[in-house]
Amino acid sequence: MAVEFSEKADAEFKELVSRYPNTLAAMLPVLHLAQREFGWISVEVMDYVAERLEVHPTKVLNAATFYTMYNKTPVGKCHVQVCTTLSCAIRGGYELIEHLEEKLGVKLGETREDGAYTLSEAECLASCGTAPMFQVSYSDGEIEYFENLDDQARVNQVIEQLNARLASLPDPRKMH
Amino acid sequence: MQEKYLSRNFDIPNAHTLEVFEANGGYQAMRKAFKMDGETIIEEVKTSNLRGRGGAGFPCGIKWSFLPKESDLPKYLVINADEGEPGTFKDRYLMELDPHRHIEGCIIAAWALGIRYGYIFVRGELQSAIRRLEGAIKEAYAKGYLGENILGTGFDFDLYVHPGAGAYICGEETGLIEALEGKSGQPRMKPPFPAVVGAFQAPTIVNNVETISSIPWIIEKGGEWFASMGVEKNGGPKLYGVSGPVVRPGVYEAPSGVTVRELLEDYAGGMLPGHELKAFIPGGSSCAVMTPDKLDSQMGFETMREAGSSMGTACITFMDTDTCMVRLAARLAHFYHHESCGQCTPCREGSGWVAKVLDEIEAGRGRMEDLDLLLDMCGNIEGNTICALGDSIAIPVRSYVQVFREEFERHIKEGCCSFPAWSKRRKGSSEAA
Repeated sequence: MAVEFSEKADAEFKELVSRYPNTLAAMLPVLHLAQREFGWISVEVMDYVAERLEVHPTKVLNAATFYTMYNKTPVGKCHVQVCTTLSCAIRGGYELIEHLEEKLGVKLGETREDGAYTLSEAECLASCGTAPMFQVSYSDGEIEYFENLDDQARVNQVIEQLNARLASLPDPRKMH
Repeated sequence: MQEKYLSRNFDIPNAHTLEVFEANGGYQAMRKAFKMDGETIIEEVKTSNLRGRGGAGFPCGIKWSFLPKESDLPKYLVINADEGEPGTFKDRYLMELDPHRHIEGCIIAAWALGIRYGYIFVRGELQSAIRRLEGAIKEAYAKGYLGENILGTGFDFDLYVHPGAGAYICGEETGLIEALEGKSGQPRMKPPFPAVVGAFQAPTIVNNVETISSIPWIIEKGGEWFASMGVEKNGGPKLYGVSGPVVRPGVYEAPSGVTVRELLEDYAGGMLPGHELKAFIPGGSSCAVMTPDKLDSQMGFETMREAGSSMGTACITFMDTDTCMVRLAARLAHFYHHESCGQCTPCREGSGWVAKVLDEIEAGRGRMEDLDLLLDMCGNIEGNTICALGDSIAIPVRSYVQVFREEFERHIKEGCCSFPAWSKRRKGSSEAA
């Protein structure tokens, strides 16, 4: 199946491009849009973005591989990224990972077999005052921060909230 | 504690909306600025002694005066909202809780400098900040504060949010410009400086979020008022972040010159019960680590330098006596290795090597000569890279080895980590995708 923006995404694409003096500058926001639309940034998606921006495909490859927010392989419906950089390391980020591994049934750096969760470690997410914390990137493109997670009961509540949301989220592995 | 300015709206419900912002005096400074000419505004900012709040501390008014008055290309204002220095989280508050103050500052800067287009480069992970800013920009357009012929002045200014995509190096102003242009965020050689050749090869001013959010106050109350609140060469109110095992971590407003002890004890309520202070970093992870005997150091660019570290982003991280300094140094080295853009060999290769040696020491496999090797590596990285990311790994690692040398030696002699609670913790960073 060839990738192609929906009508709504196409309108957003045109609006994004209009903000800049050239199409290349729209690269980052357009790759975010493409990831929302197609689940992850495959070579096919990169080629499509290059065609739409009228730039050489290597320019898209260059950007897509430089930035960590673009997934070059499919991740789970909920990509749980735990910050462990400085304040989070000091305030229990690693203990949080151990707890999540047990509760989510997935090891750090892996995606659960049913495609529900990916668990990974993230560099500083600018929530040092509310450490420890994790960010969840949902497969519908939303990002949510969960902060002050030094209490396991609160973490369990958050997991219940994520579990409840799973049914409404698309599976990135099947989005294109 | 002083009256609040930068954080005045933080506790007001819905202050992020235009209605509430204006009900509390918002956009009056913009109206006042429209009656002033650009030169007068730049002079007022110079008088204010406002120093860049992103970490480098360059005087804002002087930076503005570098922008050529005439240009064949449209001039750009780029806001560095790519807040990612470990330990730093103040700009998020300004964007999420008071976005209109920031937009008002952008409009005043653009008016003063004859700038046509502005981009707020927000790190992509901060989606709540992006949403708040986009909502506020939409409101400002609808009210005629952005767009063409703003309030009948004949002045045109368009402002957009540009999301980043997860790269700490884009907090460096030329890396940020590269990313804005759609490329990987690899810093440029300077000169030329962005004020002359910046975004899209045109004259560009790059300012931090807090710097620009301070501008409306300078216009409303005057540069002298702003300068009077700080210490010499450091004007104005300032936001400080406090994190680590303290009673009330958070963002606090205090004048430049406040001491670290005041921020810890008076603002953040001291260390958590049962936690004893071991060390602190005054302004983000790239600053040299300091010990409790330096608690009375004043926050300020010059005063912190005299005390042996740097002011940086003014967001302090406190550490308790359970913290393994070898492990923490290793964790930070992994961060900088992960975030190195890769174009300079000393940074790309050196950061990984430093991290590896620190891992070995922490795991009890270190050799005594590794300590001098680390210092040697830091000396070879520092000052030998296009941007300051190389320095950002060399400065803290050197300070950890020098200040806590005994702790490093103990790891090597005992062949294990001396902090069992930390030794079982994982290493490095892993990415799923």
